[in-house]
Amino acid sequence: MTPRTKKNFTLKMGMATREAFGRALVELGKANPDVVVLDADLSKSTMTTYFAKEFPDRFFECGIAEANMAATAAGLASAGKIPFVSSFSCFIMNKGFEQLRVTVAYPHLNVKVVGTHSGISIGEDGPTQMSVEEISLACSLPGFVVLAPADELGTRALVYAAADYVGPVFIRTGRMKAPIVYEPEQRFNVGKAVEVIEGSDVTIIANGLLVAEAIRASEALEVEGVSARVLDFHSVRPLDREAIRRAAAETRAIVVAEEHLVDSGLGVRVAQAVAEMLPCPMEFVGLTGYAESGSPDDLLRKYGMVAPNIAAAVRKVLARK
Amino acid sequence: MSQSLPLAELQGICRQIRRDIVEMIGAAKSGHPGGSLSAVEILVTLYFGGVLRHDPANPKWPQRDRFILSKGHAAPVLYSVLAEAGYAPKDQLNTLRKLGSPYQGHPDIRFLPVLEASTGSLGEGLSLALGMGCAARLNRSSSRTYVLLGDGEIQEGQIWESAMFGSYHKVDNVCAIVDYNKIQLDGFLKDIMDIAPVSDKWRAFGWHAIELPDGHHIPALQAAFAEAAGTKGRPTVIVANTIKGKGVSFMENNPKFHGMAPKPDEVKLALQELQ
Repeated sequence: MTPRTKKNFTLKMGMATREAFGRALVELGKANPDVVVLDADLSKSTMTTYFAKEFPDRFFECGIAEANMAATAAGLASAGKIPFVSSFSCFIMNKGFEQLRVTVAYPHLNVKVVGTHSGISIGEDGPTQMSVEEISLACSLPGFVVLAPADELGTRALVYAAADYVGPVFIRTGRMKAPIVYEPEQRFNVGKAVEVIEGSDVTIIANGLLVAEAIRASEALEVEGVSARVLDFHSVRPLDREAIRRAAAETRAIVVAEEHLVDSGLGVRVAQAVAEMLPCPMEFVGLTGYAESGSPDDLLRKYGMVAPNIAAAVRKVLARK
Repeated sequence: MSQSLPLAELQGICRQIRRDIVEMIGAAKSGHPGGSLSAVEILVTLYFGGVLRHDPANPKWPQRDRFILSKGHAAPVLYSVLAEAGYAPKDQLNTLRKLGSPYQGHPDIRFLPVLEASTGSLGEGLSLALGMGCAARLNRSSSRTYVLLGDGEIQEGQIWESAMFGSYHKVDNVCAIVDYNKIQLDGFLKDIMDIAPVSDKWRAFGWHAIELPDGHHIPALQAAFAEAAGTKGRPTVIVANTIKGKGVSFMENNPKFHGMAPKPDEVKLALQELQ
């Protein structure tokens, strides 16, 4: 587990994780001439437009054709390039899935897939643009590293980590601005959770936007005398099994919160590890179906993925302890 | 190697490859003879006819030309050619499709690392080739990439996504070949999902298209590949009119042998014809 460098939170609003991705990509492009970028007519939304402006020769506009984009990236990777493929999560993971399976995952090629506008917090565009299955899809591809950062610092660090790692990576980013969880000196390690808040009665495991909600829930629970540990599982695969084992052993109750279908996301993977190592009561916060149009805040409230929902799940799991 | 062998020798290799294909698939008791036999001259011209710049002693030479068999079910023709060129073990050809064999049912880079790609899910190879072509251009390398497509395969939507990409990005170091044998698994293309007019489609997508009336005529294939290499500013497609099952009388133009292995007596008969 990686400790958090600072204890108090302001959760000041930062930039969207897609914005942090777009900026990190330009830095990477300057440092490494082998980094190339592919996008499917969404560069102004995925923020790969920054890279395209800086390095037009290394940017490949693929048009609205995700299947070709995914396999073209595989071709670039097999000839030694480090392609970052970007689109909305739902489009690249669904329309490009078969190509990611056969041309990227199977030969274990060095392709980085960055999905933006993930979860329901894309908001007004509605369910066809919302990606609520992609953690499941990415995790179903053997060999893919699967990452879901919580804020701009986490995103920047994980984009760098993805470029350093030789093999396929999926990074989940979001559309809306994300509260800042971390300080600039925070370290992130792929496969290691960050212990955001220490706690002894219960553990809340979250990633993405729900890390900030978990922090708020933990602070509210503290008033009730409940000590809730918060772990940022930015790395869905590899999964930090040691952090899970410790959570099960030391707090004996776990809540997993994610902006994803609870049937197939982080929660079921944590539950598998808990079942294998040290069974304990668990509760799950997330989606059970498709959502609708609305403002991101309204949607997260309506579909039960804000701090009070997490706190309620904690109370429920504590009653089962 | 980029020097062509003499024509008679190339034709001799073609006969040998055809015998290998029939024997391999016969031994495996499953596989796709028709589309392997139709592509023999195309692959032999690429590997032995002075087209591909490659070095079997140094298979991962970065400047090499690359070949992708996008119609991965024709794996036997590729395996036999790679074995003939010295890339892969000849004495194991008859382990095709058996447990642990380098010769998996479809080309598999994990079991045969000299391959450029794992293929078998149709529609993907052209995108891979274009990615390799873009990488070569960024590297200022003269490496060219060749990709063989099935005619049925170009029913896949991804082919036309990649066709648009190839001409828009002017990936002129890529050459696609369509093995136009007019038969797919369920029957004749014209009865399943007609793709005609093939060359016009590619031209409409911005490609330089060369149509060969006889895709088994080696000098014509050599001339087409030379024309492709000299074509700048857009990629080239060679539409090679071929005969499914070419060389074995009872397999020729017979949809049954798209995906069915010859029985032992049929293997015997076929090998007699291929003397």
